Amino acid sequence: MSDRRPLPIVIVGHVDHGKSTLVGRLLHDTNSLDEGKVKELRAISARRGLDFEWSFLLDSLQVERDQGITVDASRIWFRTAKRRYVIIDAPGHKEFLKNMMSGAASAHAAVLVVDVASGLSEQTRRHAYLLRLLGVQQLVVAVNKMDLADHDQAQFDVTARAVARYLTDIGIAPAAVIPIVAMAGDNIAARSKEMPWYRGPTLVEALDGFDHAIDPVDAPLRLPIQDVYRHGDRRVLVGRIESGRLRVGDALRFLPGGMTARIASVESWNRATPSIAAVAGEPVALTLDHELFIERGHLAHDPGRPPLFAARLRARVVWFDSESLAVGRALRLRTGTTDQMVRVESIDQVIDVQELLPTGAGRVERNGVADIVLAAERPLPFDPHGAYPRTGRGVLVDGFRVVGGVVFECALDGLTAAPGSVAHRGGVVWLTGLSGSGKSTLANGLVARLKAGGWLATVLDGDEMRLRLNSDLGFSPKDRSENIRRVAEVARLMADAGIVVITALISPAVADRDRARRIVGEAFQEVYVKADLAVCEARDPKGLYARARAGRIAEFTGVSATYEPPDRPDLLIESARESIEASTEALYQLACRAFAALPEEHRLRRPAE
Amino acid sequence: VSDNLDWLEAQSIYVLREAYARVKRLGLLWSIGKDSSVLIWLCKKAFLGRVPFPAIHLDTGLEFPETYAFRDQYAREWQLDLIADACPPIEAVDPSLPPASRLAARKTLGLQQAVDRYNFGGLVAGIRRDEQATRAKERVFSPRAGDGQWNFRDQPPEFWGLFQAEYPAGTHVRIHPLLNWTEVDIWRYIARESIPVVPLYFSQDGKRYRSLGEIGITDPIASDAADLDSIIAELEATRTPERAGRVMDHDSEDAFERLRVGGYL
Repeated sequence: MSDRRPLPIVIVGHVDHGKSTLVGRLLHDTNSLDEGKVKELRAISARRGLDFEWSFLLDSLQVERDQGITVDASRIWFRTAKRRYVIIDAPGHKEFLKNMMSGAASAHAAVLVVDVASGLSEQTRRHAYLLRLLGVQQLVVAVNKMDLADHDQAQFDVTARAVARYLTDIGIAPAAVIPIVAMAGDNIAARSKEMPWYRGPTLVEALDGFDHAIDPVDAPLRLPIQDVYRHGDRRVLVGRIESGRLRVGDALRFLPGGMTARIASVESWNRATPSIAAVAGEPVALTLDHELFIERGHLAHDPGRPPLFAARLRARVVWFDSESLAVGRALRLRTGTTDQMVRVESIDQVIDVQELLPTGAGRVERNGVADIVLAAERPLPFDPHGAYPRTGRGVLVDGFRVVGGVVFECALDGLTAAPGSVAHRGGVVWLTGLSGSGKSTLANGLVARLKAGGWLATVLDGDEMRLRLNSDLGFSPKDRSENIRRVAEVARLMADAGIVVITALISPAVADRDRARRIVGEAFQEVYVKADLAVCEARDPKGLYARARAGRIAEFTGVSATYEPPDRPDLLIESARESIEASTEALYQLACRAFAALPEEHRLRRPAE
Repeated sequence: VSDNLDWLEAQSIYVLREAYARVKRLGLLWSIGKDSSVLIWLCKKAFLGRVPFPAIHLDTGLEFPETYAFRDQYAREWQLDLIADACPPIEAVDPSLPPASRLAARKTLGLQQAVDRYNFGGLVAGIRRDEQATRAKERVFSPRAGDGQWNFRDQPPEFWGLFQAEYPAGTHVRIHPLLNWTEVDIWRYIARESIPVVPLYFSQDGKRYRSLGEIGITDPIASDAADLDSIIAELEATRTPERAGRVMDHDSEDAFERLRVGGYL
């Protein structure tokens, strides 16, 4: 019988706002407590001259009970009518933010506890901000201690509105904001008799409405290699699939290095039938169809959809160390199964989580959040955190201590490292269209515009390619297809090196362009430069149409061969209707959207003028 | 991975492979109980049929005869590299500890002795967060200073599975691949995988051992659960904690915490 995973939820909020009490009550009211536990807690409370303390259930350490605070995150299981949960009780005290992170990172949903009287404290804001950073999307707010506010709706509304506004500003939409009395159990499992004005869900109802975060099985394959085992005479690569899926026979590409091989088998022990496929979240053991030098730290991916690969990258950091973080600091960056030394090249923006204001550059103090640039010794593979979180994050290590967590925002091309130059990643702008539609003109316009802005960019022109690299090819459908394949491969190499490549080829067949997209991967932007045949023929800059009409060129697109227009190009330019300037600008905007390394958009309020 | 046991197994295999790749001189603490037998099973899955480091039994000489028989049979069958040195005598234990804790503390000394004798850099242990409230606060990779002490006031941050496994010489790291499993998860997995366990777990004459420790400090519970399905059904319904039969946990409020701070599992 299949047994569903318990849903991991984290309880966060300011120290003393009642998190541990809430957990105790939640367990009690759902009949999840062990026998005798209440009696034991009563005895422990009495020994300290206290009334009954629910919090002692999770605050198990002597120091926690004696000082009345949670030091480290704890786990406890409970069950509602709908399913099992595992609660992670995270400490609220500022001192223990790293422990809060350690607990909250594995949660799929969160309860933010706020004291109705004190409202949004700095620590509450910090916790909410970190949840956003950790990617916890599902959140419910419990406004606690309503008994001390006479169960008054007006006071609840003031606090609820302030919390909702802050959460909206950082990009979290709470599922519910619930007035509760944790100590008495109001609106936890049972509806409060004292607050009939509240018509929303109870806490248990709100939790039951949440779901597990889904494993990213449809994302690009990312398999960080943990180890290589000798198994008989074969070498077996082991690791956990972080995203995507794989199957025996699939091609894998490995970074660093870029070597490729196919999966020959998926190994296992004590299975009746050998497995032939696996998806995100599963540990795998693979053999390849030929020997490659692979070791721990390599990342396997599907060749068509590579990760970013750069030595400089922009990241957002949460800093735990008592010694503040300053520019020039050397640290070890661990991501996936790899780690290497990095240097903090710049601290661009320290974020005040209280007011959500950038406070300028400088140093990052303990528990601070900032946007920084890291420079590594060698390029490393990673993904933007917003797109693929599991390969878009890391920790910073100083000696033997973990001192910070980072999420990656973008690659800053190592080749354009000159100060003041625009940070961008490599990519391909693929222009397709009839001969004479304006591809070369626009490609040259775009590359000039990009270079003027400090970009590393170049044009691969069809005619130029045919003169040199592809001088052995003719114009048969097979040769035209091969021509396009080679250009795509060259473009990919250049894009991997951080260059923005603009190709100008007729590339008439959908199948050829699709293959080019597969070769290049996600950094491929298809642009359809559209103009009617009549317009192109009238322009006829190279006199080709005239020669084709005269029968002197066989299989000329538009005349004696068909052009298959793209169904859904990333950009459409109608060159007969738009000026060259307007078209170039549209292309430039596309390049910025697709390749520029802009800081992650988050809703920072502007400082008051 | 939505099935609970598949997910738990996946996490544990990941942790074991991280430990093996990153920690030098690894050992596995095998108490011969159900949890550490599951751990050995998971090792065989992670390492494709073998356990590539020694299995250590901290032998007090006070195990049940059935436990010793099980150890000797499966050490052979599973081809384990077994280390079963005797723990230091009771006279070596801190006399200020409550009586049952003193017996348990012999294992702590045995553990320290093994670390010193074999120079282990890491020890894989089968503790779980749901067993005991201080274990609920544990990390998956948990460093222990030279004297084996647990510094619970300042544990390393641990998130996104990016564990800290490297520590300076003189520190060993405890690795806890079963931290997120619960007692009933263990039994469901034993049933699913047909993992052998000591027969004392199954009811005889109306009693069975729910948690297996030494003779004299482990009490059986009243139970008619004589097979795996009945044990699972019993645990689904019970509201008595697993370690209720472990005398040392109840010597005093902080008895177990003191044991753990001192290096006990």
